[in-house]
Amino acid sequence: MTGRRNRRRAALLIAPLALFLGVFFFWPLATMLAQSVSDPAVGRVLPLTSAAIADWDGQGVPPPEIQRAFATDLHEATDDLAVGDMVRRLNSAQSGFRSLMNKTLPAVREDVDVDLASLDRKWSNPAYWQAIRGAVSPLTDRNLLATMDLERNAGGEINRMPAGSSANGAIILRTLVVSAIVTLCCLLIGLPYAMIAASVTGWRRAVLLGAVLLPLWTSLLVRTAAWFILLQDSGLINGMLTGLGIVDQPVQLIFNRLGVVIAMTHVLLPFMVLPIYSVLATIPANLMPAAASLGARPLRAFWRVLLPLALRGILSGVLLVFMTAIGYYITPALVGGANDQMISAVITQYATGSANWGMAAALGVVLLALTLVLYACYGWLSREDAVRLS
Amino acid sequence: MSHSGIRFDNVSKAYGNLRVVEGLDLDIAGGEFVSLLGPSGSGKTTLLMMLAGFEDVTSGRILVDGALVNDIPTYRRDMGVVFQNYALFPHLDIARNVAFPLEMRGMGRADIRQRVDRALEMVQLLHLRDRRPSQLSGGQQQRVALARALVFEPRVVLMDEPLGALDKQLREQMQLDIRAIHRRLGVTIVFVTHDQQEALTMSDRIAVFDKGRIQQIGTPREVYDRPANRFVAEFIGETNLLAGTVETAENGGTAVSLSDGTRIEGRSPAGLARGSAALASIRPERARLHAARPAEGNALPAQVTDILYQGSHIRVDLKGADGQLTVHLDRSAGEPAVGAPVWLGFAPDDCWIISP
Repeated sequence: MTGRRNRRRAALLIAPLALFLGVFFFWPLATMLAQSVSDPAVGRVLPLTSAAIADWDGQGVPPPEIQRAFATDLHEATDDLAVGDMVRRLNSAQSGFRSLMNKTLPAVREDVDVDLASLDRKWSNPAYWQAIRGAVSPLTDRNLLATMDLERNAGGEINRMPAGSSANGAIILRTLVVSAIVTLCCLLIGLPYAMIAASVTGWRRAVLLGAVLLPLWTSLLVRTAAWFILLQDSGLINGMLTGLGIVDQPVQLIFNRLGVVIAMTHVLLPFMVLPIYSVLATIPANLMPAAASLGARPLRAFWRVLLPLALRGILSGVLLVFMTAIGYYITPALVGGANDQMISAVITQYATGSANWGMAAALGVVLLALTLVLYACYGWLSREDAVRLS
Repeated sequence: MSHSGIRFDNVSKAYGNLRVVEGLDLDIAGGEFVSLLGPSGSGKTTLLMMLAGFEDVTSGRILVDGALVNDIPTYRRDMGVVFQNYALFPHLDIARNVAFPLEMRGMGRADIRQRVDRALEMVQLLHLRDRRPSQLSGGQQQRVALARALVFEPRVVLMDEPLGALDKQLREQMQLDIRAIHRRLGVTIVFVTHDQQEALTMSDRIAVFDKGRIQQIGTPREVYDRPANRFVAEFIGETNLLAGTVETAENGGTAVSLSDGTRIEGRSPAGLARGSAALASIRPERARLHAARPAEGNALPAQVTDILYQGSHIRVDLKGADGQLTVHLDRSAGEPAVGAPVWLGFAPDDCWIISP
């Protein structure tokens, strides 16, 4: 009796958290997942066509009853917004649909029995009917396929999109490459930095850690804007380089890959330094002297003692930086050029620019999947690590 | 000689204005077990760190086998170091920990295995060779550290309070084990401790440190029975110190008159001048209590203030003319009553007179 009451009380205690997680985490996630595969624009406006076209084999021009159902659907469609969505969806599958529908809609609304083929020659072209057949299903994989530059042809087979028609695959690859470069730069700077911070004491350690933490407490936008100023052709860095006579012309540091890597490395450095530092701080101070007394040169002692012990922190740092980097938006958007935009920028463009929620959600799913895979790798690696260390 | 002698020649160490070791000379013979004994901050650990190469020498020379090692990095000094908190590598198993110095020396796999097993056998831990350090008790970990410091047959083994983290019984067992290993291998050992009992038990010689200087160096008997000064007398063991003035001093037989006029006879090092101030040191276990004034030897009147049972002996606190006195009595000796007037008697041989 009391057990059940205790359980109920416990459930009540976690209810706010559960509610919060549900509303602000799981629900948006589920919406995004659903959005990436849902495609109701056509099926919603063409219910009769959807039912009739399912039996059509896709060869030639569909039989009259399907054409009749299509005309009836159009005739009865009164929601202009929904019709607009449908036209946009069909046009994206088969170009020329917009002008075709602009011609067809008024005619069908006036007379439901109009002969479509004589209204426009395009209705004799099976490609347009195939486009309708491909779009009536409320579920679709076209968005997810499009993230990899893949599409289904008329026969339903998966093919590579024609070159130049989609850059999603290239952008995903670019996102991974930029993130990898940034992660490597963070590691190359962060590991020695964390080692120094862990080896000194007192005010020196406070200053070193403060230098890492201070940017973390500053707004991301402010930090990126600061790099914007520093990296310009007439900025501080180029001013110094030309002033010292190292270069004659200002080096192009902004609106290119270099600028993105510099700014992102700076912004993400704390996420590398802090996990490594926290692990290094737990390593007993006399292990390195012990290794030296046993005959290990500094480099071998580092390789054989410090690095294996710091591996857990390094893994966490690498994962943290990489996972944050693949979702980065503001920094590449501000200091990158057109060819440095990462996957998040494309998502933004789909979501706010072209209102293609399906594509935005599909790219979001790709991002989520990448992160989950990385996280699984990390879990596996750190478990191996734990097994070896225990 | 197979094991190395060490010489400190006017060695100093300063951190800024803080002088930790000052002009220190010390010779350690090959195969000798020398303890550096002193309170914390006395410079003993700093000296060891300089010998190991972890700390730079501010001035002076450190020689091993007659060769200057001041500027030789730690990893080429060929000295095994045992740390207080073991400093085992947590990511390597016991065998790999012990194999580490051999791997650093590029030894072959078969040789390594043989020598690791022999070293682990010596510290009776061969059955734990595949465990991790975290799976071992403190005493076992320290044995592994010992095996690791000995396995590569270093010229010298340095131990920095290696038993400080162990409980008393384990510490005493380890003292005997380390002593036995030292005897068997004949390796030179420099052993830092602040535990005087440990130093007395294990050492061939003890160097007593205070304020960056060696106050006395000698065998355990010498530093206990014939302390060079007040610091050594008080730091090693318990003692009763009585202040007085030297009355006569000849051939080691010295007489001191205490402030109340009592005259006591004792032994002293050379150089005590007549009329100078002096301290008479009497170990509590060398004194006896008498109901009446004894016919022979020195005698001081006192009153019993407290009696404390200590197991192996009985401690009697007394109030003498000059202050508090302490006597350790055998359990077989009769116990006086608290408050009773007694005579504290001791032989001149057990009274060591030093300058204050």
